[in-house]
Amino acid sequence: MGTLLFLGQTLRIAIPYLFAAAGGAIAERAGIVSLTLEGFMLGGAFGAVIGSFYTESAWMGMLCGALVGLLLGAVHAVASIRYRADQIVVGVALNLFVVGATRFFLQLAFDSSSNSPRVAGFGGEGASGNAGAFLANPLIWLGIAVIPALAWLVGRTTFGLRVRAVGEHPVAAQSVGVPVTRVRYAAVLLSGLFASLGGVYLALDQHQFTDSMTAGRGFIALAAVIFGRWDPKRAGIACLLFAAAETLQIRLQAAQLIPSQFVAMIPYLLTIVAVAGVVGRSTPPAALGKAE
Amino acid sequence: MSTMPAVRITAVEKRFGAVRANQGAALEVMPGEIHALVGENGAGKSTLMKILSGMLRPDAGTIEVGGRDVTGWSTAQAIAAGVGMVHQHFMLVPTLTVAENVVLGREPVSVGTFDGARARLEVEELSAQSGLVVPADRLVADLSVGEAQRVEILKTLYRGARILLLDEPTAVLSPPEVAELWKVLRRLRDGGATIILITHKLDEVMAVTDRITVMRQGATVERMATRSTTPEGIAKAMVGRDIALGGGPRTETRAVGAPALIVRDLAVAGARVARAVDGISFELRAGEILGIAGVEGNGQTELLDAIAGLRRTSSGSIRIGDRDLLALDVRGRGLAGLSHIPEDRHKRGLILDYSIADNLILGQQHAFTRNGVLDRAAIDAHAADRIAAFDIRPTDATLPARALSGGNQQKIVIAREMARDFSVLLAAQPTRGVDVGAIEFIHAQLRAARDAGKAVLLVSAELREVLELSDRVAVMYGGRIVTIRERHACSEEILGPFMTGAAREAA
Repeated sequence: MGTLLFLGQTLRIAIPYLFAAAGGAIAERAGIVSLTLEGFMLGGAFGAVIGSFYTESAWMGMLCGALVGLLLGAVHAVASIRYRADQIVVGVALNLFVVGATRFFLQLAFDSSSNSPRVAGFGGEGASGNAGAFLANPLIWLGIAVIPALAWLVGRTTFGLRVRAVGEHPVAAQSVGVPVTRVRYAAVLLSGLFASLGGVYLALDQHQFTDSMTAGRGFIALAAVIFGRWDPKRAGIACLLFAAAETLQIRLQAAQLIPSQFVAMIPYLLTIVAVAGVVGRSTPPAALGKAE
Repeated sequence: MSTMPAVRITAVEKRFGAVRANQGAALEVMPGEIHALVGENGAGKSTLMKILSGMLRPDAGTIEVGGRDVTGWSTAQAIAAGVGMVHQHFMLVPTLTVAENVVLGREPVSVGTFDGARARLEVEELSAQSGLVVPADRLVADLSVGEAQRVEILKTLYRGARILLLDEPTAVLSPPEVAELWKVLRRLRDGGATIILITHKLDEVMAVTDRITVMRQGATVERMATRSTTPEGIAKAMVGRDIALGGGPRTETRAVGAPALIVRDLAVAGARVARAVDGISFELRAGEILGIAGVEGNGQTELLDAIAGLRRTSSGSIRIGDRDLLALDVRGRGLAGLSHIPEDRHKRGLILDYSIADNLILGQQHAFTRNGVLDRAAIDAHAADRIAAFDIRPTDATLPARALSGGNQQKIVIAREMARDFSVLLAAQPTRGVDVGAIEFIHAQLRAARDAGKAVLLVSAELREVLELSDRVAVMYGGRIVTIRERHACSEEILGPFMTGAAREAA
């Protein structure tokens, strides 16, 4: 029973990571740096709460969150692809913008600087303690499915083949008639969609939006993508690993054996180790971050 | 011939800003022939081919393919009409397989999904038909350059190309690979394909083509049938004056001095292999040119990097006279008498956005400073002197190196490296991508250095160049010197097997 609880909690923590990592993997494979995952998630979370609050439907919340994700993805894509802005700068700016914008609209809509009122979510209160509600949450199932779906998309479809070509050698892809710009736009929009669902899950799970509630999860997801060497399946496994470490942290915190801060460092340490090449070679897509 | 030309280009003009790349360019190619398009660098060959393949739009003139006016068409239209370009720099995605690269952009699908099995099958079929043997499932990153080029040709065939444009296809191939390429091209021609070959290697033109179009300064200056001309005749048309091919008579007896550069049991790690240079020993003597032949990627780059101080060695020693170079950094090695013409002038030879004058002192800037401040007057005087001595054009030393043609950029590098007080010169691919006139000049400079008692280590992928310049020839294969012999004991036929690894002897 203890093991099952541990796994359940790990999965619950992993869901936002899985969504965001899927978003990161698709954009980065197309050659666009995904520093924006954090912003996509936060925007998605806020959109979900707004949608759910005004319609009193979690489904509508999900839809709104996804739309915000697509919108932010479009901003990222236009700045990075159309205007060839530095993708790292765009990422940082977009993340800061979303923090500010959500704060502003939080104030505007709910007259609060810290959190929204309670909104409808999927299932009942405290899903973690309630297996039924946990299983009734469609976002759980979507989150579990997103990585295999992405692996199929990238590895088995024409679109995926083109994404890989575009992220690796855009000039070659262009020379054989692959519409490089369109493929990249599609990848970044998908990135916004996937990552925002991670935020939607967080917000609806907690039935409210709180200021900066994603708390760096987008960066952990990006770390998972890098740790997973830009491969969807490996990135998914990395997400589960990081989530397990976090679960462990929560348990250890209760036991007060080691300072929880150290456990919180685990994902980042693992990533540094991975990027430093200790666990095999880690080669990013060759055209990553290069505007043409 | 009464048939309609496969390609007819008339009076094409193309301008880039103030530069006229094409002016009065014309080309007529009959179906089923191999046609050479020759000319110096900057003569406008590549521009003309880019116009034909739809990558560029001409400012004036007409392009006809199969009798149809297609002036100003797009790449997609050109591909659809059966015009395929094999680029000089491979347009392949290294992380995809051969089959995936071939079908990219026109992927076979089944039920909305990429059909990898069919892609493989189609590539294998095409491969069998055309005689272009490729491993369909291998990643392109793992291919040899020869194989990669076959993939490039397959790509155009897969798209139904009947007119093939090849831009300097042999630049990276070993002699057996070149022979193989000719076989394939002849086979394609006999199957009815039309082939246009851009090159400035005249022996290739003579060996494989049916007709020749010569361009100079953007214009078409001459058309001839291959069998009624000679290499000298083509060279003359290219340059507009008589030119000595083969560098004139060799002086056979030469006073060779003491060992200047001594390399012992050198091992160097490469990017992918632990021993890219795998135990090499040789002595380079004052007053000789030692040419290192071999297919690229057999450790030549790593060897020269190690000597120049740009790459760490694993074991062994490198000395100039009795000075241990390994104890010195790059600047120290320069002071010890080492000069280096790097193989990639854009990556290591020049800073493209710096002026010609500044590029002419790179690495020697310490000699042009006073009290830690650059001495502009000295730099400008130096630049004027070098520009005159090496005939660098344009002569305005304030222009960025980027504005110059490849040949003139290379002259900057050579002018700079020969301005040092050096005893050993490393010359890596000194004439790569350089036009005939500049090649002649650069070769003369290398010979002059040798005659002045300098020791020259020449690395070139061009076997002809090695044979033309060297007093001794070494062949590298798999990180080792597989043979080292006097020039008179060498020929392409003798060295070929060593270059492919088919033969080796204790060196």
